Amino acid sequence: MTSELTAQVLDAAIKAMPGAQIEVKVDRIQSALTRFANSFIHQNVDEDTIRVGLRVHHEGRTVSVSTTQTDAEALAQRAGAMLPLAPLDPGWPGITAPTSLHEQSIVDEDTRDCTPADRAALVQDFVQAAGGLVTAGYCRTATWSGFYLNSAGQQLTAAATDSAMDGIARLDGADGVARYASARLSDLEGAALGEQAANSVRAQGDPVELPPGRYEVILQPAAVADILNNFALFGFNGKVFTEGRSFAEPGSAQLDPAVTIYDDPTGPAGGVSFDAEGTPRGRMTLVDGGVTAGVTHDRRTAAKAGVASTGHCIIEDSWGPMPRNPVLAPGDTNLAEMIARVERGILVADFWYTRVLDPRTMALTGLTRNGAWLIEAGEIVRPVRNFRFTQSYVQALEPGNVLGIGSESIAQPNRYEFVNTSAPVLHLRSWNFTGGASG
Amino acid sequence: MTFFGTAEAAVSAALDAGARYADARVMHRRYESMTARNGEVDELTSDESAGLGVRALVGSSWGFFAVPDMSDQAARHAGRRAAEIAKASASVAGPALDLIKSQVSTASWASDCEIDPIGVALADKGDLLVATTRLMQEHGADLAESLYQIWDTEKWFVSSEGHRIDQRIRECGAGIQATTIGDGQTQRRSYPAGRGQYGTRGWELVHSLDLLGHAPRVAEEARALLTAPLCPAGETNLILGGEQMCLQIHESVGHAIELDRILGWEAAFAGTSWLDLAQLGSLKYGSELMNITIDPSIPGALGSFGFDDEGTPAEKRYAVRNGTWVGVLAGRDSAAAAGLDYGGSVRADGFARLPMVRMTNVGLEPGPHTLDEIIASTDDGVFMENNRSWSIDDKRLNFQFGCEIGYEVKNGKLGRMLRNPTYTGIGPRFWSSMDMLSSEIVAWGTPNCGKGQPSQTGHTGHPAAPARFRNVRVGVRS
Repeated sequence: MTSELTAQVLDAAIKAMPGAQIEVKVDRIQSALTRFANSFIHQNVDEDTIRVGLRVHHEGRTVSVSTTQTDAEALAQRAGAMLPLAPLDPGWPGITAPTSLHEQSIVDEDTRDCTPADRAALVQDFVQAAGGLVTAGYCRTATWSGFYLNSAGQQLTAAATDSAMDGIARLDGADGVARYASARLSDLEGAALGEQAANSVRAQGDPVELPPGRYEVILQPAAVADILNNFALFGFNGKVFTEGRSFAEPGSAQLDPAVTIYDDPTGPAGGVSFDAEGTPRGRMTLVDGGVTAGVTHDRRTAAKAGVASTGHCIIEDSWGPMPRNPVLAPGDTNLAEMIARVERGILVADFWYTRVLDPRTMALTGLTRNGAWLIEAGEIVRPVRNFRFTQSYVQALEPGNVLGIGSESIAQPNRYEFVNTSAPVLHLRSWNFTGGASG
Repeated sequence: MTFFGTAEAAVSAALDAGARYADARVMHRRYESMTARNGEVDELTSDESAGLGVRALVGSSWGFFAVPDMSDQAARHAGRRAAEIAKASASVAGPALDLIKSQVSTASWASDCEIDPIGVALADKGDLLVATTRLMQEHGADLAESLYQIWDTEKWFVSSEGHRIDQRIRECGAGIQATTIGDGQTQRRSYPAGRGQYGTRGWELVHSLDLLGHAPRVAEEARALLTAPLCPAGETNLILGGEQMCLQIHESVGHAIELDRILGWEAAFAGTSWLDLAQLGSLKYGSELMNITIDPSIPGALGSFGFDDEGTPAEKRYAVRNGTWVGVLAGRDSAAAAGLDYGGSVRADGFARLPMVRMTNVGLEPGPHTLDEIIASTDDGVFMENNRSWSIDDKRLNFQFGCEIGYEVKNGKLGRMLRNPTYTGIGPRFWSSMDMLSSEIVAWGTPNCGKGQPSQTGHTGHPAAPARFRNVRVGVRS
């Protein structure tokens, strides 16, 4: 039905605005999220929605209209009525020429067919595995079907599935966390995640507050995901880059040689294989052995930069085209080996509420969350209270500052479906903690 | 056209499927936005979102289902589905849950609107945005941006208790921003705020902002910031402008008094709160000057409505009175769980989202001073205005906020401009240090408050005025 709707909207728009450049995208999202707190399911939601997007460029003017309704004529008429009134758009980059997908995203039948009872069972496993601790979190599944057509003949169809579990176990005012994202529901192990969260919080008893200052750090995957997400938002974002606000200088060795970062919508964590402009998206290297390799673009930022779109357009999103599925390539060590090499440092489970102070330097402030521990003479000696930090993420990964990268990558869910981050543990020479939990 | 029949069909089907309570919202929202950048329109967007969301309570467990289809058949399916989901929730059940009593209303309400914002010609709106960006470029901006956003929402609410309420809420706002790029740094100035100023008003709000009149100053200040001295580090007297006070209230009071956070219902994501219900009515939150109200009835403020999304009529109450914590933002179920007798702060971001506890208008009552008086009575300090970054811990205690611009205050006068001003503190300690508060209240609008899973964006209002705080740590940097 959605493929027919896509064609109906294109036909209606061509009739209403002959000669225009027209593109239509229809997304059907079936998304469900079972949420728990205080160890019971308190919110449980499910939606089956369609969004129809129509973008038209004609006689120098551009409009984008969208709706959750399926009346093709009404949508085309709305675009037609707005178009003559729209201001001129001299930067219009044109629509995508016919091309095929690089690779299909993963579609998993179990995820697509998941029921509320299936999600509740995973929650039950998490809660029980926490052994009586108070727990909170969610289990999510989603299925996307996407259809794209334009007046230049480009036509794409794809589907994908997404599943994620994210939960905490709570004890004496502390939280331990466990998260996992996958295109396949069967990869989610509620009991293992619940046990992981419980073990983490049980190791946080009687924390001490350490003085602020620069510490060597080992960041667990949830914290590393925050670094990758902020690099995606402020570093590899084509809009930020073309405006001159990004640190990125393609071709320059800006980060440590151990660092390789790529964006991969077709990996096991899941993603979608084309964007809102009908440009296919595949695995794309962003940093190769410390050398900045490229940034992600939509057609508009690509035109400004004189390159091709990388398939990262999100219409109606003012943030700009950014990596949706960034991955820090695994290294060759592990957490135990990293800890053994630390004379004095901090092990950090997670970061929270990180906000950029200057996108050019990627200076951010934020806090540790869900556990931090002091390491001395190669051993974890005790839990510490949360720190506030103010740190340039670029500086943290500059040549010579990366002391090790773990060999196992863990996929971390994002707040939005089909967006995720895969990261191993990361050992850094220095992190600037600027305050303690008490101020 | 009304959709009460659709909502009633959904509620009826949920009851037939075993729910002991159900409610349904049909929501139709039109959204329009335009952005301009360096003399050109960057994006013009028009979105229409319409559909039905049904909430069913089976035993003590909730289920929610949403569809974009308003047919009778779809509504009945949605009602049954919501009840089925609630039954699945019961497999991991919690304590007995109830709803506090609600005044059953049959009502209709609309926000004030003099000039229909969607009805204003696109060309006129575009010309305004483009002109402001050109003006900012002429006055030194490397990147000049402007935007407006408009929401026109109609909703029809029905509950199994007999509520039957329709509302139309029109909201809009606009803003401008100049960015300058220097050697290894960027600086930014905005007006009236980082994302603009918003309210439940028509286009007359945008007219009142005089964006063109402020564009040259905004660009010139962004340019000057590149060579301004850094905000010094240390403890000093901090004077905050009204727009930054809006953010301070939102983050360190508004979220902290959300009852769902206090009860632990948001623990895994948004976090909890440092507030303990056992201390409601006695806990000292701040100085005697601190009077914070929860008031969704303020005409034109962004968090205003006639009824919340559980059908509770808008009513003013205090959250903090003379520095003492006395109230929370609540819904019917969270209030019952906490043993309170009021809700009224539950809203959903569109038909496909579950109604949840959200800020309405949470803000300060006026103080006895003016900003000029506050500056004149300060021998040594820093004045900061317009939020640039915000970060606060998951209990809403430990914050660090950055502003776009600062000024030295010496001997009762504003001195040199300062770049990268930041300050940090602990909520109740910070609020207790507030010793001067201006009477110059503005109801600021925040259109981008994120909360919930799946993610929801809330529109909140914050009456705020300039204030002075003693012995605050400023100038934190990497």
